[in-house]
Amino acid sequence: MSYPPLSLHMPRTMRGESVPPPNPHLRFAGAGEMRRPPVDSDPYDMHDLAYNLVRVLDDDGEAKGEWVPDLTAEQLRHGLRSMLKTRAYDRRMMRMQRQGQTSFYMQCTGEEAIACAFQMVMQKGDMNFPTYRQQGLLIAQGFPLTDMICQVLSNEKDHLKGRQLPVMYSAPEAGFFSISGNLGTQFVQAVGWAMASAMRGDTKIAAGWIGDGSTAESDFHAALVFASVYRPPVVLNIVNNQWAISSPQSVAGGENISFASRAHGFAIPSLRVDGNDYLAVYAAASWAAERARRNLGPTLIEWVTYRVAPHSTSDDPSKYRPKEEELNWPLGDPVERLKQHLIRKGEWSEERNVQLLAGIDAEINDAAREALKYGTLHEGPKASPATMFEDVYKDMPQHLREQRQQMGY
Amino acid sequence: MMSKPVLPRRTMIEAIREAMDVMMERDDKVVVFGQDVGFFGGVFRCTEGLQRKYGEARCFDTPISETGIVGVAVGMGAYGLRPVAEIQFADYVYPAYDQIVSEAARLRFRSAGDYTAPMVIRMPCGGGIFGAQTHSQSPEALFTHVAGLQTIIPSNPYDAKGLLISAIENDDPVIFLEPKRLYNGPFNGHYDQPVVPWSKHALSETPEGYYSVPIGKAAIRRKGSAVTVLAYGTMVHVAEAAVTETGIDAEVIDLRSLVPLDIETITASVAKTGRCVIVHEATRLSGFGTQLAAEVQERCFYQLEAPILRVTGWDTPYPHAHEWDYFPGPERVGRALMQVMEA
Repeated sequence: MSYPPLSLHMPRTMRGESVPPPNPHLRFAGAGEMRRPPVDSDPYDMHDLAYNLVRVLDDDGEAKGEWVPDLTAEQLRHGLRSMLKTRAYDRRMMRMQRQGQTSFYMQCTGEEAIACAFQMVMQKGDMNFPTYRQQGLLIAQGFPLTDMICQVLSNEKDHLKGRQLPVMYSAPEAGFFSISGNLGTQFVQAVGWAMASAMRGDTKIAAGWIGDGSTAESDFHAALVFASVYRPPVVLNIVNNQWAISSPQSVAGGENISFASRAHGFAIPSLRVDGNDYLAVYAAASWAAERARRNLGPTLIEWVTYRVAPHSTSDDPSKYRPKEEELNWPLGDPVERLKQHLIRKGEWSEERNVQLLAGIDAEINDAAREALKYGTLHEGPKASPATMFEDVYKDMPQHLREQRQQMGY
Repeated sequence: MMSKPVLPRRTMIEAIREAMDVMMERDDKVVVFGQDVGFFGGVFRCTEGLQRKYGEARCFDTPISETGIVGVAVGMGAYGLRPVAEIQFADYVYPAYDQIVSEAARLRFRSAGDYTAPMVIRMPCGGGIFGAQTHSQSPEALFTHVAGLQTIIPSNPYDAKGLLISAIENDDPVIFLEPKRLYNGPFNGHYDQPVVPWSKHALSETPEGYYSVPIGKAAIRRKGSAVTVLAYGTMVHVAEAAVTETGIDAEVIDLRSLVPLDIETITASVAKTGRCVIVHEATRLSGFGTQLAAEVQERCFYQLEAPILRVTGWDTPYPHAHEWDYFPGPERVGRALMQVMEA
């Protein structure tokens, strides 16, 4: 018997199509439809939650169902403020990059709810292992914007002394681990940090962060297997923004399966959550953090969202995806959705929103003006080149002392 | 007259185990893990008894994932622990290379000291055991090339214990290479002679308890005036044999620490002898010997009486059947010594 010639499957690229593609295995439930299992659930009893979508806010801005979190109006307004501030900060940094004050920037437009709401469930001493697109973790906790801008500008007051590419922040006082350019590495480090907390009988938890594209990295799998084996207190977050630079999530293995379901092979409970729904993010993050704090082990969460902005300032999405695709994104804009919810509750108004935006702009202008006093990448003071030999090791070895001398210091 | 106190004699394996035992006892932040390291005590017995003594939270088995082992070690180090991770064979370290090079080595620098990686990665290395391609490699040059790493390779039980203790106390990541051919006894490359146990060797005497050997200090194993031999690991013993057999009055330096390198001891010796032979098991192209040759050339050019020679593994993968054609034994080292003396 003869067989027809073999052919290689190339994932549906979604180019020219609206996202997400229709997939009978992956559903977007309506708000409030998904159940909220107990935090001590057996992972085998919650497989359904990895193929659907936990949503709280409906299209009219009403909070529905078992996942409605217990948040005060003030907490919700804080969330709105954090997201708006993150978005405004991104816009301002983009402008600084376009004006040549720095070399590079990466926005998180459309993804603000995930980091901003998640940070609200972290406690002092806990540790995030972020990627380069979780600036909201810092902004939501009121981290000084000037310090962040100084890092982006690599200026005299850059805490990292001009060593790191812009946006690769490090802030131990904010529970924010040093960002690396190497994708996926921090995911397994978060597991190790959480293992250490458990080994020491501590009460702190860790959170790992990764994008949809980077789930293909081997460290993603290493993180899951170590989390599965030792069950440390870690929340493993996958931010599925549909795009890894120009590659759609189908190329990362998401064509016919959710990223949340990856956890099932490791007996780790997982959730698939509307990442543009501030309330759903807070609720799911609380659920997973509570599991971790009660020593019930890790949770994997896929946050379904959309990368509205270009990948970075060096990227042009019009070359690979339909223009205005983000407008057709079914989960909308996280900022608008929370705003609508607050207005519906009678806790917000368009007027207050305008005032808030003006206040945020002023705050960012002040921070930018302050940061610019300490120079930019190309102008003004920066750390002495002699500092580039420091911190390679705790004590500077002879060969580095010699090289520093050769440079004239 | 007081007699010299008799120190316990240990094999490399026992010395390495003792170092971890001492440091686990002294510092409860020291944790030991890797494949088969816990209950079983390691495929080379280097961690035997540690789990029983310190419990599973201090010494445990891991999944077979080098990037996982090193990645969690980086996370633990950031938390404040002092992980001692084992890679079963140096030949299997490559899946962890990203975590070692991009993360452990760079963490202090990129975070301006916010976070550090005070960890040790132990790995058995080297050939001479019919280990073939994936149980014989000497990948030290892949680590010495990386800013932020320290690379250590002991040649005897005394140094192994003292250097491993220093490595565990060190606040930066240390690659700790253990020549597995030396685990049970010194080996000078004479594969056709009976194996000599460590108990017959002076450097198997190791004090009980805590002591350290400083990182970055070479040891002169044999004083001489005719030629300087730079070696480390198994090749120290090979070089000593070659010196004895040729009768050349060579000075044999055991580097012990490749980064940081003890440049003073090296240059003082070459300035005295005017000649230099470098010996390592690793392949030649861009091997650590290349770096040593360059350092000696730059710093001792006017004292040199002859070209610097390197005796190394060939630039091929490590073969099985041709073990002793590949391994740079005493005869090849001896030829280089004679050649450098003729110049």
